[in-house]
Amino acid sequence: MKEFVEGSHAIAEIIKAASPGVISAYPITPQTHIVEGLAQMVASGELKSQFVNVESEHSAASVVLGGSATGVRVYTATSSQGLFYMQEVVFNIAGMRLPVVMTCANRAISAPINIWNDQQDSISLRDSGWFQIYAEDNQEAVDFHLIAYRLAEDKRVMLPVMVCMDGFILTHGMETVDIPEQDKVNEFLPNYKPLYKLDPAHPISMGLLADPDYYMEARFAIQETMNESIGYLSEISREFNGVFGRDYKDLLVEEYHTKDAEKVIVAMGSVCGTIKEVVDEQRAKGKKAGCLRIISYRPFPYARVYEALKDVPRVAVLDKAVSLGAYAPVAVEIKAAFYGKKKGPKVISSFVAGLGGRDITLESIDEVFRRLTAKEVNSDFIDLKPELLKEEYGE
Amino acid sequence: MENNPLFKSGHTACAGCGQAIAARLVIEAAGANTIIANNTGCLEVFTTKYPETAWGVPWIHSLFENSAAVASGIEAALVYLGKKDSINVIAQGGDGSTGDIGLQALSGMLERGHDILYVCYDNEAYMNTGVQRSGLTPFDTNTTTSPAAAHSSGNIRPKKPVPEICLAHGIPYVATASAGFPQDLTRKVKKAISIKGPKYIQVHVPCPLGWRHEPNQMLPVAKAAVETGLYPLFEYENGLLAGRKQIVPKPVEEYLKIQGRFKHLLNNPEEIKKIQAIADNNIKKYNLKLEA
Repeated sequence: MKEFVEGSHAIAEIIKAASPGVISAYPITPQTHIVEGLAQMVASGELKSQFVNVESEHSAASVVLGGSATGVRVYTATSSQGLFYMQEVVFNIAGMRLPVVMTCANRAISAPINIWNDQQDSISLRDSGWFQIYAEDNQEAVDFHLIAYRLAEDKRVMLPVMVCMDGFILTHGMETVDIPEQDKVNEFLPNYKPLYKLDPAHPISMGLLADPDYYMEARFAIQETMNESIGYLSEISREFNGVFGRDYKDLLVEEYHTKDAEKVIVAMGSVCGTIKEVVDEQRAKGKKAGCLRIISYRPFPYARVYEALKDVPRVAVLDKAVSLGAYAPVAVEIKAAFYGKKKGPKVISSFVAGLGGRDITLESIDEVFRRLTAKEVNSDFIDLKPELLKEEYGE
Repeated sequence: MENNPLFKSGHTACAGCGQAIAARLVIEAAGANTIIANNTGCLEVFTTKYPETAWGVPWIHSLFENSAAVASGIEAALVYLGKKDSINVIAQGGDGSTGDIGLQALSGMLERGHDILYVCYDNEAYMNTGVQRSGLTPFDTNTTTSPAAAHSSGNIRPKKPVPEICLAHGIPYVATASAGFPQDLTRKVKKAISIKGPKYIQVHVPCPLGWRHEPNQMLPVAKAAVETGLYPLFEYENGLLAGRKQIVPKPVEEYLKIQGRFKHLLNNPEEIKKIQAIADNNIKKYNLKLEA
């Protein structure tokens, strides 16, 4: 049913439809509206979940870990420092192969403290063994949560999924969203049937100590599953299209006028809406511009990126995060996709924009296209204020 | 139970480990319809080195400090499934993972009112990492991070009162117990699981390696802690003192002299006086003294 709603409200609606048995969260801006919505649904009896209000994100993640290990579907949501406080448990959940689904309402990292959007939080947890899929708009954010449960609970996968949506821009943005109806949700997402669980009728031990004779194989198995899951993402998104009448090609990348493009910007999340608008403007002027949107950051779709960009002469990668002292995180992957390959862009330049909620405007994107020249640049910051960099300190 | 023990032999605990004995007593008292969430620590390491396990009940280890939160999730899932009334949930860990790094998760679990028994196995230091002091290490104890030397007589602070911290949460049951009094421990576990809500039991468990006593001295050492008044055994029901083990108090030297961790104090009457004062205070506070 189509509704004009706030993004967070839409997420709460779709989580209700997925009906997790245990929900646990700790409040952090800009995640709050999602969990407030769920708390309201539980309080009113619309949703039959156990809603566990915890004293920290570390415990929120631990509670959903325990719930998932007991064989029920679970949900949590967080942002920024909250995700970092969870980090230890985040890695642990993946290592224990528990199909937890989490929303990350993307927000900048302290210091300086800043509650506004960039993608430094989730990107910094890229090595955790969680899937990370980035939504461009609230329709995707809604749909991706259902896909996330299907993927996580797939017997071939059994890994956690993080749905990343830009804080405020999406979480607090009002859009018309088609919220899937319950009978269709039930058709696409059957009840969770765990492969293993904590049950006195069949006692098992979980979370054992693995010494050097066993540890590597456990980690290798996750890596193998992640690699194989590139295919499952396509398969599950096709099934999703069938049930809900959507048009996702896959959940790996989205190509927007890349086929004949001379300049392409690669990015993740809501900023791609702005980039597409600039691409349209450029195309109207006869300039061959394009956009490649990375949807799945983990696993990273190297082959799809290669196919999409192999004939594009100049590529700009726009990161909303930095790896301080190194190349920007998405740029690294794009460059890696072409290393040692016969074909590929002559230039892969890397730009950083929108940190801590600085607006990425149409002009910002124009500026990226302008700076995408024959001379390759790395981690070139867009929209810096030079006057703030001039401050001098005492002798 | 004999055919299908809930805590099996063949684990890798040290000889004379008080924690292994106490953990076995706890699960045998709780019974087969129990799920355990275990913090990282000696107990976790010596019972579940892959591909073996000593546990005959469903058991999970996640991290060092989060068993109270993991158990909260297990309990919530059981409530959701309508199975909570037939299954006990136990969270357990050592003194460091309970009273230091895991105190916040424990407090959250108690405050939320989950129907969980938390068991702290108190061997009074971080034994798994090599006898570093914890918040529950007693005053003047010689550990690897509170060494007794020319300018130090060991750990500078008294034990953190974790049972009292738990009690302050207004939970229905708080008790201390000891590996030296197995029947008392069994009774307390059975009583705790018969009460709905959050429960806390702290069990004093000698560690021959860390306390430096002979493995066959586990029981006498544990008993001496209680009999000197240094480890009072008490239970609180609904905030009121419901029972305590009364003693004919022995001087604290009887306890100190049988452990290497206090050896440096034996020619230091000033320090022994301070430790005797701690015991005297416990004896007075809990009215431990058995009248002749």
